[in-house]
Amino acid sequence: MEFRFFYHFGNFLIMLKGMFSRPENMKMYWKQFMQQCVDIGVGSFGIVFIISLFMGGVTTLQTAYQLVSPIIPKSTIAQVVRDTIILEFAPTLTSIVLAGVVGSKIASELGNMRISEQIDALEIMGINTKGYLIMPKILAGVLMIPILVCCAGFLGIYGGKEAGVLSGVISSEQFMQGLRQEFKAYNVFFAMAKSYTFGFIIASVSAYYGYNVSGGALEIGKASTTAVVVSCVLILFMDYALTAILL
Amino acid sequence: MIELQDIRKSFGDKEILKGVSAVMESGKVNLIIGSSGSGKTVMMKCIVGLMGVDSGKILYDNQDFTAMDEKEKKVIRQQIGMLFQGSALFDSMTVEQNVMFPLEMFGTGTLKEKKNRVAECLERVQLKDAAKKFPAEISGGMKKRVGIARAIVLNPKYLFCDEPNSGLDPQTSLLIDKLITELTKEYNITTVINTHDMNTVMESGDHIVYMYQGLKQWEGSNKDIVFSKDQRLNDFIFASEFLREAKEIRQLEMFKDGNWRNQLNKGEGKQP
Repeated sequence: MEFRFFYHFGNFLIMLKGMFSRPENMKMYWKQFMQQCVDIGVGSFGIVFIISLFMGGVTTLQTAYQLVSPIIPKSTIAQVVRDTIILEFAPTLTSIVLAGVVGSKIASELGNMRISEQIDALEIMGINTKGYLIMPKILAGVLMIPILVCCAGFLGIYGGKEAGVLSGVISSEQFMQGLRQEFKAYNVFFAMAKSYTFGFIIASVSAYYGYNVSGGALEIGKASTTAVVVSCVLILFMDYALTAILL
Repeated sequence: MIELQDIRKSFGDKEILKGVSAVMESGKVNLIIGSSGSGKTVMMKCIVGLMGVDSGKILYDNQDFTAMDEKEKKVIRQQIGMLFQGSALFDSMTVEQNVMFPLEMFGTGTLKEKKNRVAECLERVQLKDAAKKFPAEISGGMKKRVGIARAIVLNPKYLFCDEPNSGLDPQTSLLIDKLITELTKEYNITTVINTHDMNTVMESGDHIVYMYQGLKQWEGSNKDIVFSKDQRLNDFIFASEFLREAKEIRQLEMFKDGNWRNQLNKGEGKQP
């Protein structure tokens, strides 16, 4: 197991190093980057939208359920919801979901290109396939996933407010008051630091497994699954590590 | 011209290429034939640089490809066109975009000039009407022709085809062979084809290298092959009763031509 870890980690670093070369045609690389931004950002927004709204709603209701003491003001519910969503739910839960959505897409796309010799065709044309196929995906992941996390944060808080007001556990004014209570901008920085890290993990790990597929259709599925599992484990590990370091 | 000098390649303990030397001349259709596992695919991958060789040299017009760094290899690769067994077309692009891709990446000139060149190549492979279709919407034979159009769009000096006839009906196979042969002669390209197809061998093989267990077993032309006395080659090429009879008919035709003595001598081929 230890040997396999070092084998994969070494190959992963070699892959990252291989991405850096002078682009054959900057315009084509830019086109590829924009395409990936659309695929990752716009393509995943729907699921992020739904998950964030419900995540916020559930957080509000569960927090209200636990804060039963009459001496705790209702606005505290909003404060707890805000911090929970910003610190943990928006970056981590969204990234876990994106590891499934984006990660499997990247791994299967590259895996299919490998199996059907499309990557070989690009290599023979004299194109640095790591640079042309992987780099735009990683850059798009690092750019778009934090944006999706931001959206998830706003939508989560909005969903929390709506759920609280609709169920009658908190008024709109109390919720807005709670949101402003003891707000720390550092928490947003922390969430962004996590989302950039998770964005890199999702795109690069999935690209690594997809790019190195060998065999047939079955192996593409396996690579996709492995990419998602490894990404999720690394996200959880880095979540803990960053929390221990930054908070 | 591509020259192979004693190339060797192993995977672990298994030696796949055991020192192969050959010369692939320009303006000729050079075929690599051999049964499955004989090392012909590995040899082609080594020649185009998808795999490194353990030892030996591969010379592209006297430039040692094996000694080049990545930057120098890129220059050579931009002169290579390759048709893959499964065509390797980009699924998300139309036929036109597939052919346009190498031009967009490396080509110079205006967009109009590039579009004209794409139209010219598609016309050449008789696929102008399919320009807006996606690879999933066209047949296997059409995919191969798109692959050819993409391979020739940058006017390559070297054209590689990995089993261009696999999965095609005999008529389409002949069409593909004819197209490759015509392009080779027209643009004086060094064409290397890896094939199992006996029609290709007999119709297009200007120069044939027969591989057996990682070694070059026989070398010659499609005319020499009819008179070959190499038992392994004969068993491979003329495997069925029908083909053996066809061989005898071809021999008789050559005798009638009057140059049978020369052919008989040539039929020995070049042993490794």
